[in-house]
Amino acid sequence: MATFKDFRNNIKPNWCPGCGDFSVQAAIQRAAANVGLEPHELVVVSGIGCSGRISGYINSYGFHGVHGRALPIAQGVKMANRDLTVIAAGGDGDGFAIGMGHTIHAIRRNIDITYIVMDNQIYGLTKGQTSPRSEVGFKTKSTPQGSVEPALSIMEMALTAGATFVAQSFSSDLKELTQLIEEGMKHKGFSLINVFSPCVTYNKVNTYDWFKDNLTSLSSIEGYDPSNREMAMQTLMKHKGLVTGLIYQNKERKSYQDLVPGYSEKPLTEADLTISKEKFEQLVAEFM
Amino acid sequence: MISQLSWKVGGQQGEGIESTGEIFSIALNRLGYYLYGYRHFSSRIKGGHTNNKIRVSTTQVRSIADDLDILVAFDQETIDFNFHELRQGGIVIADAKFNPTIPDESRATLYAVPFTDIATELGTALMKNMVAVGASSAVLGLDISVYEGVVQEIFGRKGEQVVAKNMEAIRAGAQFMREQLGDNIQLMQLDKADGKKRMFMIGNDAIALGALAGGARFMAAYPITPASEIMEYLIKKLPQFGGTVIQTEDEIAACTMAIGANYAGVRTLTASAGPGLSLMMEAIGLAGITETPIVIVDTQRGGPSTGLPTKQEQSDLMAMIYGTHGEIPKVVMAPSTVQEAFYDMVEAFNIAEEYQCPVIVLTDLQLSLGKQTVEPLEYDKIEIRRGKLVTGELPEIPDKGCFKRYEVTEDGVSPRVLPGMKNGIHHVTGVEHDETGRPSEVAANRIAQMDKRLRKLKHIQFPTPVHKHVKHEEADLLIVGFNSTRGAIEEAMERLERDGIKVNHAHVRLIHPFPTEEMLPLVQSAKKVVVVENNATGQLANILKMNVGHAEKVFNVLKYDGNPFLPHEVYTKCKELF
Repeated sequence: MATFKDFRNNIKPNWCPGCGDFSVQAAIQRAAANVGLEPHELVVVSGIGCSGRISGYINSYGFHGVHGRALPIAQGVKMANRDLTVIAAGGDGDGFAIGMGHTIHAIRRNIDITYIVMDNQIYGLTKGQTSPRSEVGFKTKSTPQGSVEPALSIMEMALTAGATFVAQSFSSDLKELTQLIEEGMKHKGFSLINVFSPCVTYNKVNTYDWFKDNLTSLSSIEGYDPSNREMAMQTLMKHKGLVTGLIYQNKERKSYQDLVPGYSEKPLTEADLTISKEKFEQLVAEFM
Repeated sequence: MISQLSWKVGGQQGEGIESTGEIFSIALNRLGYYLYGYRHFSSRIKGGHTNNKIRVSTTQVRSIADDLDILVAFDQETIDFNFHELRQGGIVIADAKFNPTIPDESRATLYAVPFTDIATELGTALMKNMVAVGASSAVLGLDISVYEGVVQEIFGRKGEQVVAKNMEAIRAGAQFMREQLGDNIQLMQLDKADGKKRMFMIGNDAIALGALAGGARFMAAYPITPASEIMEYLIKKLPQFGGTVIQTEDEIAACTMAIGANYAGVRTLTASAGPGLSLMMEAIGLAGITETPIVIVDTQRGGPSTGLPTKQEQSDLMAMIYGTHGEIPKVVMAPSTVQEAFYDMVEAFNIAEEYQCPVIVLTDLQLSLGKQTVEPLEYDKIEIRRGKLVTGELPEIPDKGCFKRYEVTEDGVSPRVLPGMKNGIHHVTGVEHDETGRPSEVAANRIAQMDKRLRKLKHIQFPTPVHKHVKHEEADLLIVGFNSTRGAIEEAMERLERDGIKVNHAHVRLIHPFPTEEMLPLVQSAKKVVVVENNATGQLANILKMNVGHAEKVFNVLKYDGNPFLPHEVYTKCKELF
């Protein structure tokens, strides 16, 4: 059986020392081993940005696509071969700005993949511009007087879009993050895991210390029930979205692949590409 | 007795004009006539003038007719809008209910038939289109019993009474018309057709069927005119083969989802029109640099922007060849008939996998939506080729090395493994990369990988890159076109030949890489070259000049008013050159 070391390759990430993304990479590798995967059974599809490079740093199949489109590519992979475990990964700009349309629709479509967002509230690779997760007043190169646009409440948005698995974590908490990714991979449907992954170079506000001071673990809230969508919404609003843990999970709703009529139970990659002469003639006769 | 005629039905959109044409043409198809239809419609659901023009012949026809023999009108607007098309001696069959009139400069005869009143008397005014079908059939001298099967298929599930009533409406329409025509009944009686069963379908049907036969098992698409029929057919059929269609949130998702599925090993297509293709351009570049096969159908319509969304145009050519930033290998195919659209789709998937690159199948609105008779499609011609797809077990790679998915090879094509295969792990990225897919900015590697990719199409094998109709070693005129202009050009060519002009015809079916070797001798052996295309800037002419030269003898025949070329337009424009 593979261990987390089998999911390591010999490429040295080009992230800045101290970047939160290192822990996310480690958590994916551990989670993959913990759920019993072999490296060739995993596909990591990533977007563009610092975090998008993650698909190249894991010893598995990896697809580094175009900016904002990790989710449709990942859904295509899963639709083609449902036996593969598919993780999509990217940053907050990738998923919540340029790719937001896909994020909402991947959530409501509920294809069985896991989406991990490395949320650092800033654009890193383009050297420090505001992101849809930056708070009002946040000063960046593109908002020198401070951002006037409010940050998106991503977790609330996911709940209203019909998410069946919503979790949030902090890159410093490798244990919790690994466990949430494992649960996401096991979840039958789309799982969204937003990870606060500090940018040590460009974000001097939302630092490791800032998160330590401001995050509330859901495990510390007495009676918190992740199957209760209303409670999830109220808790998020009360804590301005700054909570960690499994926020919401709906185990009842089936995944897209299990709902769509006629869709093969075997991977489509194994489907016969030819059609029989008899079937062809039937199809042709319909036009006569 | 005549061997062909042109019939048109018109009225307000949403009033059953479509079904009138549909039932009439299905009956004609069953009788063995060759048909070619073209719909005039607007980007709205109810209201607005719509019409359906159908050419009926005892031999193959590939163009709408210059003029009109019979106009069936459900309102006065239809007469006013289409009257000019009627030939001397043509007839208008109009619903008596609106007190139809024809203009004073009449070249045609008006027959007012109480479509609505006859239908109402038989039970419901809704059957007025059946009365019109019956009246039309009487003019052509059709055996009404052919409708028994057609009506049964369409209304059978509504019960025997509905079937019987509709048949009654057809018979009543025919009877009334016969009485009206009196001695004139002989004027437009059609020769008997051969009664052979043939397919009757739109280009989009053939594209979808071709995709299915070509092994496509998944499609991701976003609705758009005039491409939607492709996804609508496949969502009905793919589940029978375990596959499905996902209607995505936009065309960017459609294209990237299709890339994901192709990367994972399932033949997947997407289809759209100009606005959708514009959105897909970045993704097409991704498929190019990651060497992922993908088939994309572009059903051209009037552009730019929303342009003329329900009208004919061929103005996406340059965008399809050069669209996406940077430089990638790409194939652009252009079928010119419904049959070709079927076979080209099968071939598109083979080429995409063999050369591991995006393949764009270009059609236009006239080809995609025009319904026409199709000679039998041959099952034995369907062939599946998957190129350098690796199957079976792979040797272990030591030290966590990666499979050389982008190995530099002589023909530029590298072995392709699919995710899930043991010992096949490699990286895929839109960033320039080395042989294992790892990002690399090294200059020598960049050149090696760029050359390798572009080398793939140097020796592309394509069955018929140019459809040639060459009668003369030395021609006065070479007419060049692509997609649906073929029929109009062929008919114009016949007329020019009758005038003593020696004409050759080349219809370009592989637009990119351009078949220079095939085209050069044809251009060289012609005194003049005319490129016929539905756009305003002469895109194909420019591509021809760029690849073949001889700019001094290349002339444009352009039409960009939203309507297809008529044979006489091509004839007249060519004739002006002599």
